[in-house]
Amino acid sequence: METKRLIIVAVGGQGNLLASKVLGEAALAAGIPVRMSEIHGMAQRGGVVESSLVFGEAQSPIISDGEADAVVGFEPLETLRALTKCNRDTAVITNLAPLPPFTVAIGRGTYPDIGLIQEKIRSRVGRLISLDAVTLARSAGSVLAVNIVLLGALIRAEILPLTAEGVRDTIRHRTKAAFVEANLKAFDLGFAQAA
Amino acid sequence: MHRLLTDRPGSQMLMLGNEAIVRGALEAGVAVATTYPGTPSSEVSLNCFQIARETDLYFQYSTNEKVAMEVAAAAANAGLRSLCVMKHVGLNVAADALMTLAYVGVSGAMVILTADDPAMFSSQNEQDNRYYAKLSGLPMLEPSSVAEARTMMVEAFALSERLGEPVLFRTTTRINHSTAPVPLGELPERRTRGDFQRDPFRYVTVPAVSRRLHVRLLENIARAAELSEASSLNSVTGNGAWGVICNGVSFGYVQDAVADLGLAHRVRILRIGFSHPLPEGRIVDFVAGCEKVLVVEEGEPYLEEGARAAAQAAGLTVAIRGKGPDLFSRLYELDPALVRRRLATYFGVPVPASTTVDTSDLPELPQRPPNLCAGCSHRATFYAVKKAVEGMETIFPTDIGCYTLGFLPPLSMGDFLICMGSSIGTACGFSKSTDKKVVAFIGDSTFFHSGIAGLVNAVFNNHDITVVILDNGTTAMTGHQPNPGVDMTALNLDGYGRVSIEAVVRALGVGHVSVIRPFKVQKSIEAIREAVAYKGVSVVISQELCALYAKSLKRKRGKPFQVSERCRNHRDCINQLGCPAFYLDGERVRIDADMCVGCAVCAQICPEHAIVPVREG
Repeated sequence: METKRLIIVAVGGQGNLLASKVLGEAALAAGIPVRMSEIHGMAQRGGVVESSLVFGEAQSPIISDGEADAVVGFEPLETLRALTKCNRDTAVITNLAPLPPFTVAIGRGTYPDIGLIQEKIRSRVGRLISLDAVTLARSAGSVLAVNIVLLGALIRAEILPLTAEGVRDTIRHRTKAAFVEANLKAFDLGFAQAA
Repeated sequence: MHRLLTDRPGSQMLMLGNEAIVRGALEAGVAVATTYPGTPSSEVSLNCFQIARETDLYFQYSTNEKVAMEVAAAAANAGLRSLCVMKHVGLNVAADALMTLAYVGVSGAMVILTADDPAMFSSQNEQDNRYYAKLSGLPMLEPSSVAEARTMMVEAFALSERLGEPVLFRTTTRINHSTAPVPLGELPERRTRGDFQRDPFRYVTVPAVSRRLHVRLLENIARAAELSEASSLNSVTGNGAWGVICNGVSFGYVQDAVADLGLAHRVRILRIGFSHPLPEGRIVDFVAGCEKVLVVEEGEPYLEEGARAAAQAAGLTVAIRGKGPDLFSRLYELDPALVRRRLATYFGVPVPASTTVDTSDLPELPQRPPNLCAGCSHRATFYAVKKAVEGMETIFPTDIGCYTLGFLPPLSMGDFLICMGSSIGTACGFSKSTDKKVVAFIGDSTFFHSGIAGLVNAVFNNHDITVVILDNGTTAMTGHQPNPGVDMTALNLDGYGRVSIEAVVRALGVGHVSVIRPFKVQKSIEAIREAVAYKGVSVVISQELCALYAKSLKRKRGKPFQVSERCRNHRDCINQLGCPAFYLDGERVRIDADMCVGCAVCAQICPEHAIVPVREG
């Protein structure tokens, strides 16, 4: 099996670790070798949470610069920052709804223009899929489902050796019962949007 | 039921490295587990804490790592199996216990987890604790993967019992915080009652006893070396003429590099999992079969020095290299591409080009540093101290916890930090060697961990310092673990005592003690002014529950505040407090009502009194 490497970047509280867990469980259920690593030291204090997921026979759980097959960014500025993980074939999936860092919110720094962020990414990588995951999550019934919307888009991009049905099954069995319905809808909305 | 108690041997479960460690310990029949929390080890303790509530496993959050080790050492000398968990710098705190425990040994079994943190994702240094194995003489095991963390933990307990010595189990962040499928083994019954038979000439380490115990330790090191030679944890794969010696996570990087470079027929790999004592015979045999050898290890050149010494003693002249300007650094962590490049360079095969996209023309991106939470009581305390000492020349030794973040602007409160508890000890030193007013900051858990001894010192030596104890009712930074000052009944747990910080401080004879509620800004400033004016040791205890902890306890939160039309844009709120609930909407300051917890500190400092509660409806 060809090794596939995925980086997920998010701001603390956006549900990155749940998204990683869903993908990891889906891989385990499908008998696909998977190794994941996460750095989340100060997640609850507004920092960045980065996960790496390696599917296939590779032994390393982390991903070097330039070696991600896919990058999923839950926040556009953090997606741009993760460009160092990309090569010219990388598929990038990004949420377009910004969460300005505090430095920007208080006027000590400028948030880059969203159009510019997309242009900088699109011109360097294999493909860019952008979507407003917050709006889609809201229409799915839970603003907390941003992570699952983006998983839908990721699976549609067909980079990982995971099927949509496999991930839906995992969502059914591994996310909180009260959120399953909204999560499945969020997944489908993200999936459809990435077409 | 806790998921790590799942009794389905042979099935696989996705686990965090720290969960695999716990599962391994459970499969080894661990009966007693102790810790002081520290990243990247914290989830090991959290899982033990939860499991202890539904089984007969005994677990405790100890006051500090030294106490944790002493508790676990006694259990292991009563014949039980004990696990003692800490981060790498915690072993410095426990080192006094460790060094002589190695002489005494154990009658049951004991495993000491040291979770090292190369690259310092959440630590003050990146010390390589393999040297503690060498220093103490104790055996050390190091897993290379999450799944191996489980099996190796079982072997560590068996090894400890066989040798009658504690075993050091060393991980790094990339093991602790990685996740992978882990096969489950059997969960045995644990033995929870042991016995200790008096034998003072064996267990009381006066010089005459220790002289004999040191002989015993050296004999045990020799036995451990034989076990290391024969151990399957030290293993060779491949059979080429180019040798690689590696350990821990580096093993995975090396395997991937060899596969990626197509060198499977050229390279042989010696993976060292039993890293103290080193299997010198195995290393010599390995090196003798190679044209040249590369050592791939994070941190210090521990394996490299050991391999070179063994090769030299055997009269080998094969080149053994590892750390160096053109090879690996002692700094930070390794990654797969770096290992691939260095391996290619060293063995003289084409070095794969980097495929990273060019990002040199990107504009400078705004950073996203971690920040004290909205409604964090530390922010209020820092502000009050800052106001109280206005006009004074000051030094602010700080300590380890969330409040360390107070050193960042706009608060900028934190000038010196070396280790847990150092705020008070260094405050003593600065007060004697400068003419500045010294105000130390320390959290509640850190105060119990190692601040009390510093405060006793300050009282005895009559230092002129003010100590501000930031008591937020929990060990916040590492994930809200209990500490001796925590009200355990709030967690619906009985059977615990509770130590009052105020009673401790008063009992120590501190000359000036005050307790403040930091959200009452003016009163707090006045109390701190009095404290810093006092000649001698003064202590201010600032009590307010951690905002995140209060939320997890489902405490009612205050009404959010808003910026009214009275605002004249002084921006004292943003520029002096820097609460993350603030944001700029054009030129206007706004408050994110979802983030605001209603602490009302900003409302009290606004010169126009423009910040007011959001009205109902």
